[in-house]
Amino acid sequence: MEYSRTELMSGVWLTHLRSDKFKTACLSLNLLAQLKRDSASMNALIPYVLRRGTVQYGDMEAISARLDELYGVAIEPVVRRIGEIQCFGFYSSIPEDDFLPDGQKVLEESCGLMAEMLIAPATRGGLFLPQYVESEKEKLLQIIRGRINNKEGYAVSRCVEEMCCYEDFAVSAVGSESECENVDYKTLTKHYRKMLQSCPIEIFYCGRSSKKTVVSALNDALMPLPRGEIDYDIGTDVRMNSVEEQPRYVEEQLDVGQGKLCMGFRLGECMEEPDTAAIHVFSAVFGGGTSSKLFANVREKSSLCYYASSAVNIAKGIMLVASGIEFKNFERAKSEILAQLDAIRAGDISDEELTAAKSGVASDLRSFTDSKGELEGFYLTRVLQGEDYGPTDMALLVDEVTKEQVVKIAQSVELDLIYFLKGMEEAEYAEP
Amino acid sequence: MQSREYPEIGEKLYEATLADGLRIRVVPKAGFSSYFAAFAVNYGGAHRRFELDGKKIDTPAGIAHFLEHKMFDMPSGDSAINILSANGADPNAFTSEDVTCYYFECTHSFEENLRLLLRFVSTPYFTAETVEKEQGIIGQEIRMGEDDPGDALYYNLYKLLYPEHPVKDRIAGTVESIAEISDKTLYDCYNMFYRPSNMILSVAGDVDPVKVLKIAEEELSPELLSVPVADFPRFETMLPAENFICENMEVSAPQFMIGAKMRPEQDGEKALRQDLVAKLSLRLLAGYSSPLYTKLYSAGLLSRNFDYECNVTAGTGALILGGESPDPKEVLNAFKLEVQRINKDGLDPVRFERAKRASLGARLRGLEDFENVCVSLIFCLFEGYCAFDALNVLGSITREECEEFIREHFAPERLALSVIEAKRS
Repeated sequence: MEYSRTELMSGVWLTHLRSDKFKTACLSLNLLAQLKRDSASMNALIPYVLRRGTVQYGDMEAISARLDELYGVAIEPVVRRIGEIQCFGFYSSIPEDDFLPDGQKVLEESCGLMAEMLIAPATRGGLFLPQYVESEKEKLLQIIRGRINNKEGYAVSRCVEEMCCYEDFAVSAVGSESECENVDYKTLTKHYRKMLQSCPIEIFYCGRSSKKTVVSALNDALMPLPRGEIDYDIGTDVRMNSVEEQPRYVEEQLDVGQGKLCMGFRLGECMEEPDTAAIHVFSAVFGGGTSSKLFANVREKSSLCYYASSAVNIAKGIMLVASGIEFKNFERAKSEILAQLDAIRAGDISDEELTAAKSGVASDLRSFTDSKGELEGFYLTRVLQGEDYGPTDMALLVDEVTKEQVVKIAQSVELDLIYFLKGMEEAEYAEP
Repeated sequence: MQSREYPEIGEKLYEATLADGLRIRVVPKAGFSSYFAAFAVNYGGAHRRFELDGKKIDTPAGIAHFLEHKMFDMPSGDSAINILSANGADPNAFTSEDVTCYYFECTHSFEENLRLLLRFVSTPYFTAETVEKEQGIIGQEIRMGEDDPGDALYYNLYKLLYPEHPVKDRIAGTVESIAEISDKTLYDCYNMFYRPSNMILSVAGDVDPVKVLKIAEEELSPELLSVPVADFPRFETMLPAENFICENMEVSAPQFMIGAKMRPEQDGEKALRQDLVAKLSLRLLAGYSSPLYTKLYSAGLLSRNFDYECNVTAGTGALILGGESPDPKEVLNAFKLEVQRINKDGLDPVRFERAKRASLGARLRGLEDFENVCVSLIFCLFEGYCAFDALNVLGSITREECEEFIREHFAPERLALSVIEAKRS
């Protein structure tokens, strides 16, 4: 895979990965902005409103018909956060010309359509169409309210929200209900015009087309993009310690049959100079999969749950442990999880555990090179972290991680908040 | 080993059947770092009742899934999960209504991992103690599923479509039904169904297909054994038992599934064609570029969550459209009107050709992921056809076929609606 970075125009960067491995190419375009309570929903709305209609293709049916015509090119809005940077734009999947009948070519057209969505939306009097904005507001509100429909995800997001309540990270990638409700088409248009001029833009391409072809297609398509002074002042505030001396506890009741325990940790002082490879290995030893201590002990040995796992967010310097348990097993599960962390802190890691964790993390990274979606996320995160290496380079760093490094990270980790989602009838589940 | 070229998707497929009846499919992927192997048995959640030596045998709900969990235990006392994980592989398994599939993904030591996969799936080892322990873990998996509105929608819909068929029950069973499972029942079911003649091995990665074949020959017993016939209820009617079901759960807004029965074709070639016609018809009726979808989306009757599928499993077939809506009944009405309109006016020829183009892109995307490739090869082969033939056949599907399919399957009386509503406080 040939990798390159090019600045196409002021603040617009292309990461280009040439590869013949895939049948469809990936092209993503992300506007980058600071994640803030008062703008998150507006930013999250922008790609969805843009996707509703352009000057040339006035409504969804016309856009979709055009995409079908291009052999099922997909251009979908994408909104996410990496640390406290909100990334919003489009993710596109484009069939490679080699598999299309009659020598058809769709890359240029796809770039053109994506750019048209970004730059030339359907407007009236220079403003977004009110019916598109209102309709997408409603859809976004449904998404925000709908997080409760998936109880595992709900518990994790509530835990983060409570744990980071004094930080921008409490704001989800799509913002909040109250902020979303206040958006109107005039303020959103104004905001959109400002963001279009000032946001750094990250474009990622992975596919068979040469850098020259992609650069030329994008330069043509993005020619009309207005660029002003670029706001590079974006980043993530990493809090090193827990908010209070003792871990905070938050519980919530819903009419559910299974309790959800979620524990939020700060990665702590290891974030001063984060060793990404070692932190991933630590999380793998602790709760990163079937070879982890949480799987072996909380699930297999104690039969307390179906899932118990940890995940680190290095951009923000936090770790979350999530598990689904019987309500009455709250104390047992919590102590068992903490006991496993203590074991690592005390250096209780067998050679097998360390080898399996390293091997698993390295293997995941190497397999990223087989997936455009993984590569896209990997490189976007690297760019935002100011790091310049590929997944294979990082896998080599993982191979070098020592037990001492893992122990040190475990010692640096601090429990900040415990969140528990439980059922309505508390008395029924009390221990006899 | 035989091989077939599929130039339109840039793949070559190697095929073999061993003396013991095991079918092998290998897709060599030069230049890739990952390997994926799946070893599957045509035995799943719906295989609860079957005939053996003229006798009907009933087994508890959830037994195939329970077996899936316990197969990883090795006689040495170790777990295959640990050994594969220690090797840097990522092992897992799933159980559907009619398939149990064990698989791993890795980036090195592929042959060693493949041997272990074949070995642990062909070595049952259960004890009363390990069975009891698993009841706690699976009990929590069941609870998790019971809190999931998507699961509830699906099983409620199947209660309307197939009230007499075990596909309407949760694959994992219930906390009560799995309490009936013992090490003995696990051995019995294992011995009856886990036979190479009832299994498929599917591999993708930068491998030598002949080596895969050799490893399978070395690891598995060469004996050709037959398996019992599943006793599924007969396909009596195309009508749902009732047209509507509603349950209240902790959800933010009403969730719904609209479903209709489809009688699965028995012959492989016909089954592939039916699957393609069904999916193309659904795309034309309710796909993202359809007038129905865009109208309902714009009118606020559909949220961003909307999808459709054609689901063929354990001798049943269903066409399902599902999502979130403030008014699922209104969505159903609009759907009925659209069917009526198409029945009257026919399908627009331009839209039809566009939909076929879009299917082409969607199918190419589906071939990017090794897991998806291996698993769909397995599922389609159990249905009697090769997944890679789809793109070739797609070109020959006609507008008339889709019109006929829509007319037959989506008559108003054939439609059932399953809804999950928010709890009233």
